[in-house]
Amino acid sequence: MASKTLRAPFSLRLLTNGFIVFWLILAAFPFVWTLWGSFKVELDFFSIADWTNALTGYNTERTYGSPFTGVGYHGAWVQEEFWRAVINTGIVCFFVVCTSLTIGTLGGYALSRSAFRYTFWLLIIALIFRAMPPITLVSGYLLPFFEWNVWGILPTTIIVLVAINQPFTLWMLHSFFQNIPKELDESAKVDCCTQFQAFRWVIVPVMWPGVITTGLFSFLLAYNDFAVTSMLLSESNRTMVPEIAAFLGTTYTEGNVMFAVAAVVSATAPLFILVMFFQRQIVSGLTAGAVKG
Amino acid sequence: MKHRTFFWFFLPTGLAMLLFIAAPIVSVVLQSVFAPHEPVLITAQTCTPFSCTEETTIDQEATRVLREAKPLGRFVGLDIYFNRGHLATAEVAEAWRTTDSLTAFFRELGDLPFYRAMAFTLTYTFTVTPLLIILGMAIALAVNTLAQKLKGVVIFFSLLPMIVTPLVGSLIMFWMIDNRGVLGNFLSWLVSDPDLSVKASTGLMWVSLIIYGIWHSAPFAFVVFYAGLQTLPEDQIEAAQIDGASRWQQVRYIVVPHLMPLVTFVALIQLMDNFRVFEPIVGFNASAHATSLSWIIFNDLGGETRQLSAAAATSVMTIIGVAILLSPVLVRTWRDFKGKM
Repeated sequence: MASKTLRAPFSLRLLTNGFIVFWLILAAFPFVWTLWGSFKVELDFFSIADWTNALTGYNTERTYGSPFTGVGYHGAWVQEEFWRAVINTGIVCFFVVCTSLTIGTLGGYALSRSAFRYTFWLLIIALIFRAMPPITLVSGYLLPFFEWNVWGILPTTIIVLVAINQPFTLWMLHSFFQNIPKELDESAKVDCCTQFQAFRWVIVPVMWPGVITTGLFSFLLAYNDFAVTSMLLSESNRTMVPEIAAFLGTTYTEGNVMFAVAAVVSATAPLFILVMFFQRQIVSGLTAGAVKG
Repeated sequence: MKHRTFFWFFLPTGLAMLLFIAAPIVSVVLQSVFAPHEPVLITAQTCTPFSCTEETTIDQEATRVLREAKPLGRFVGLDIYFNRGHLATAEVAEAWRTTDSLTAFFRELGDLPFYRAMAFTLTYTFTVTPLLIILGMAIALAVNTLAQKLKGVVIFFSLLPMIVTPLVGSLIMFWMIDNRGVLGNFLSWLVSDPDLSVKASTGLMWVSLIIYGIWHSAPFAFVVFYAGLQTLPEDQIEAAQIDGASRWQQVRYIVVPHLMPLVTFVALIQLMDNFRVFEPIVGFNASAHATSLSWIIFNDLGGETRQLSAAAATSVMTIIGVAILLSPVLVRTWRDFKGKM
């Protein structure tokens, strides 16, 4: 590829590089802009008079004596108690990822090691379930959850998210385990062990790369979910995303849009860090299904 | 692996899917053919010496007994599917009879919630999907020519629009296109109309939702195509170069055919994902201009009166829509499996 680049005519190189710069601006500018603007007052971030106010913080300086202010963050985190939502999101994500990986690993391993025909049908069913929009399932949950009095609490949401996560987890881990040679656990079984012991002592030590990749996507699903969390959690148990949606209802009327802007930036920050550290895993996970299929 | 061992390994995940995916689907289908009980009314006649008045009150006790005896409600068959909030067969027939041109007929249809949602959902799905594939392909081809050191940074920034929470991403976009936001300001400067407002115009709202959709999903296509480019057959490229193929011809006749299976894969996945478009509509606060089936379900379920039956009927229709879009994927998987056997 490198040799091809060297021979590319100047005009083409200019065009490709220009296009990449254009795409980078398209991809990153909204985040940079919102991060910058979250430290301004509303009159600057939403400026009808002069858009450069959002850059210089003209009104922010007039109000607070400095072009940057943490008022939006203070309002969101302290006044509106956004930290509660952050803790709830932490709890939900942690338990969803752990449970989902535990039962998904067992299931995915079984699917990859069984040669019977029903494994294919189970995978097909999982594929169908994977395609179901979660919001269509929600109306099925509400009635029984009200009936059993489990609506609105975190454990219910965690279990639901784990279940919604399973089809994807199974597919990922199934294809991952298939790449681990069968001879490894077969020989362990001949030597000493039951299937489970073979799994525990031979497969578990080598499965972490695949499990981490799958775990990342489980985390993203739990973290980004809006349909399920907004419908199944009561007001006091809300996670970040439905809380931000709720901000929109209350803050637009109170003129505190900057609370929502600060909350949005706070919710984006962990994802940035995640991509920074796990970029390679995310890319490999995204392509795993595609390149093989 | 023995059946028994398989069973125990698969039990936890199977149970989770059975209870929280399969059972709710059954429950949704059931709910969609039952409507809530109407309150039991009692008519009492109270007579004074001069006149009699009839008074209708709700019999709380009888209503409660009825609701407890049949918690699902009363069976109404497919009525909910055909009422005004859903397929609206009566209204469609009426519109067909009374309007004299197709345009007028479609305008009438646009007033019915289901058809309004379908119009947007389908437009969105079938414009976003091809456009994001083209954009993703272009980015992948461009990034592939970059120096190794730069690639990592470019990929990092490219992933962001896809990784970010859909609701958060759409809010960020929405604040920028607000008529007081930076893009909104820029747009009104561009067309020199200080009163231009994306929020007020249906057409502009559809365009911004579609642009958001492309922005959000193009990284996925990019990553998949980029991975595909790494497995490009070098010898074919070289042979083509020797034959004097131009750069464009190499892309057209070697690179694109090589990536074609991936294009199909991305298209199939994205058709399904875009069909359930939901968060952007909430984030853009766009329900006055654009709705989707998912948004209708959300709207029916939220608020004080949870209209479970209506939401269930829309859910079933959404599931049918997804199933239609899913069928090519299933056929593909089936063929792959056959090939392996």
